[in-house]
Amino acid sequence: MKYFDDLRLGDLVMTGQHTFHADEIKAFARRFDPQPFHVDEEAAANSHFGALCASGWHTAAAWMRLLVDHRRAVEEDMRARGEPMAGSGPALGLRDLKWLKPVYVGDAINYKSEITELRMSGSRLTHGLMTILTTGVNQNGAPVISFYSTTFVERRPA
Amino acid sequence: MSKLHWEDFKQGAVAVYGPRLVTREEIVAFAAEFDPQPMHLDEAAAVNTLLGGLGASGWHSCCLLMRMIADGFILNSTSMGSPGIDEVKWLKPLRPGMSIRLRSTVLETRASGKRPEMGLAKFLVEIIDDNDAVLTNLTTTLMFGRRHPGAAA
Repeated sequence: MKYFDDLRLGDLVMTGQHTFHADEIKAFARRFDPQPFHVDEEAAANSHFGALCASGWHTAAAWMRLLVDHRRAVEEDMRARGEPMAGSGPALGLRDLKWLKPVYVGDAINYKSEITELRMSGSRLTHGLMTILTTGVNQNGAPVISFYSTTFVERRPA
Repeated sequence: MSKLHWEDFKQGAVAVYGPRLVTREEIVAFAAEFDPQPMHLDEAAAVNTLLGGLGASGWHSCCLLMRMIADGFILNSTSMGSPGIDEVKWLKPLRPGMSIRLRSTVLETRASGKRPEMGLAKFLVEIIDDNDAVLTNLTTTLMFGRRHPGAAA
């Protein structure tokens, strides 16, 4: 990705879409979040969710994969143009993660992430800290997830 | 055994779950599927990153935490899911071969203003290693069914 010095508030870091199918919702939940409403259609129908829905962690992890894929595509273009690239990561953490609505079988979530804060790292002179706001919206335009996350991004070599 | 209801979660209560061994294979498998960055996939590439060696995706840590609290108490409760996470801090890397435990603390509980059948409990959940160092901490609110809907909390 770009060097920290070249990032600006409001820059769009990624966009992407993921559709959640029943098989992957259940497969993810069996590994990490086997609550009845994430693994069993019948139990989910009888729960307050009313139907099978994805673990909130699945909704977040699907975004992470889209981000990595998006960044890889951008970096291939940069490499083709011979531009130097900044290293990034790991993330320090996240805050204000909201699961606003359930993600049901067949929902297509459109994600986007934009830069909301840029500050120097206190511990790493070679890196800055980028905070992004990520939102995911379903096919009906309803937000299903939002969160802020903060990641190291390499600064342009002096 | 009867299920844990909202009324059973008391402010200040602490529980520890685990240990759980985290293997290199599962770290790489999670990363390959959800977070395929070199620092989570390949030792040689990871050495040259700020992670300083192969470490689990932060999302993997969160997912392992989720599974451990699910097995620890959520699956034996009237869980109604969660509205979200206040904060996650990835403080130290989760390395292959580490044996992790969870320490869960109930920070506060309150009845739902809107839904008489539901109560909320805020938890601090920490992933700790063999030396009691905190690798990750997370603050979240969980929703539970009430044993006595609408009764004074």
